[in-house]
Amino acid sequence: MLKVTEEQPIEFSSKLITEFNEIVTRYPEEKQKAALLPILHLVQAEYGWVSVPAMDKVAEHLDIKPIEVYEVASFYSMYFLKPQGKYVLEVCRTGPCCLVGAEKIMDYMEKQLGVKEGEVTSDGLFSWRGVECLAACGMAPVLQIGPEYTFHEHLTEEKVDQLIQELKK
Amino acid sequence: MARKLLLENINVPGINTFDVYRQQGGYRAVEKALKSMSPDDVVEEVKKSGLRGRGGAGFPTGMKWSFLAKPEGKARYLVCNADESEPGTFKDRYLMTYLPHLLIEGMIVSSFALGAKVSYIYVRGEMMPQIRILEKAIAEAKNAGFLGKNILGSGYDLELYVQPGGGAYICGEETALIESLEGKRGNPRIKPPFPAISGVWGCPTVVNNVESIAAVVPIINDGGEEYAKIGNGRSTGTKLISASGNINKPGVYEIELGLPVEEFIYSDDYCGGIANSKRLKAVVAGGSSVPILPANLILKTITGEPRLMSYESLSDGGFQSGSMLGSGGFIAFDEDQCIVRNTWNYARFYHHESCGQCSPCREGTGWMEKVLHRLEYGHGKMSDIDLLVDVAKKIEGNTICPLGDAAAWPVASAIRHFRDEFEWHVTHPKEALERNYGLANYAEFTNAI
Repeated sequence: MLKVTEEQPIEFSSKLITEFNEIVTRYPEEKQKAALLPILHLVQAEYGWVSVPAMDKVAEHLDIKPIEVYEVASFYSMYFLKPQGKYVLEVCRTGPCCLVGAEKIMDYMEKQLGVKEGEVTSDGLFSWRGVECLAACGMAPVLQIGPEYTFHEHLTEEKVDQLIQELKK
Repeated sequence: MARKLLLENINVPGINTFDVYRQQGGYRAVEKALKSMSPDDVVEEVKKSGLRGRGGAGFPTGMKWSFLAKPEGKARYLVCNADESEPGTFKDRYLMTYLPHLLIEGMIVSSFALGAKVSYIYVRGEMMPQIRILEKAIAEAKNAGFLGKNILGSGYDLELYVQPGGGAYICGEETALIESLEGKRGNPRIKPPFPAISGVWGCPTVVNNVESIAAVVPIINDGGEEYAKIGNGRSTGTKLISASGNINKPGVYEIELGLPVEEFIYSDDYCGGIANSKRLKAVVAGGSSVPILPANLILKTITGEPRLMSYESLSDGGFQSGSMLGSGGFIAFDEDQCIVRNTWNYARFYHHESCGQCSPCREGTGWMEKVLHRLEYGHGKMSDIDLLVDVAKKIEGNTICPLGDAAAWPVASAIRHFRDEFEWHVTHPKEALERNYGLANYAEFTNAI
């Protein structure tokens, strides 16, 4: 994963640009702004978060104002506006998951990773946070890991340990 | 066993691929509609079926379609609402994961009925695996000639795209979804104009839930009248119910509308009873937004009639003693669950998900979260309970979109039915931190069916 700081200017790879251009073809002419959400996902998958220079570059590419990108990136919960751990463990914290132990799982995760919600472990590998309902209440408690949003269901403390060990490899 | 229209073939190995789906009779509805029916015929069948929107509002789908404006020279759009985010609801994830071609087949038939040349499936961004599944399935369908130019030689063209969201409950509201699809923040629009007149990019648009669109397939295959024979009264057909919480068998079940709630909870064909041999305390029957009901009122209506899983029966008694079928997100609470804590959890959810556009919702959801938090953590006052009722009342009906109502109803209903539990949190703050209130007087039955 590329390291990005707030100040560094960004150049998107030609592979990314090709993907951006393919997305734009899905909409009528002059409606290319509709590509913004999918493009921000691609940017986040590439860099791990969405920096201001990256958003400015996206605005330039879509021929819209930078503020149109900032207001979208800050509205939706999936876009990270600051650097995260390599793996962000997102645990569902909403009602149905809590009926079957999600709060205990979050407490356990905090203990095992040794960082509070939203913070990054010192090796840069992990951060974690509670997120709202992931529409998987029948498999509760659940967590997801971006950028492919792989799912881990029926969580127990043992499964959390296992997962952390596997990701460390 | 009940009839299954959507999940009939879900256990066939490889049913997520085009070839197996086709072998099992898939895409017959596309052939029938495009070769032997006019778009208006398709709309007519859906009207006859009595199908009601499966996303939560329950508005008749055929009627929604018939409102679509058809001005000359303007594109029309069908957008599938796959932004499944209502707590307790996970049926659309299930359908897209295991039966992607059922949704695509429904999209083709529905787009044909509406005259849409380009359609979108707006999937919540967190469902990246489902987005990949749908994209693959669309490519397969296109390869087989069911999408693209001149489908099956009928002269009808259709392109179908998957659009990811960015993580926002509000985008399940159809005008917020449209804003989001256009690449903007998900702020709901003021209606009118309705999307049927002015939707995506100002063009006439229909937004339908995943399950509604999937249901179009059996409706076209068997005819609207056959579909309408299933169910109970104005609740026709089958419905996917997402069952979660403290039950033995959480999961997605396809039921014929009209199934008794008691059978759904206790029968081994469905939830299989309450987990760990505990007793049922309460149920949220249609996703977190609908009023919570204590066990006695979910099993029987106030007049003592058995409660059924249908739009009418679940709302019998109004909000005084009833609830709603909503999205079919059925959440069961056992005797050890704390109603105050759960209500606080939901209030936090709605506060987090309010788009912030309307003051009553933006401010009110925050107030409710804060007051419920102090009740749950032992700092509440007796007057807080009526304060919550008051705030909920002032949000309800005073916002652009239904998120305000959705935030107000769980709080108001929890206090309506469990006021003694809220009062106990005030009078016994220390005890309330150590143990739960329990069942008190809500258990009027045994776990026997």
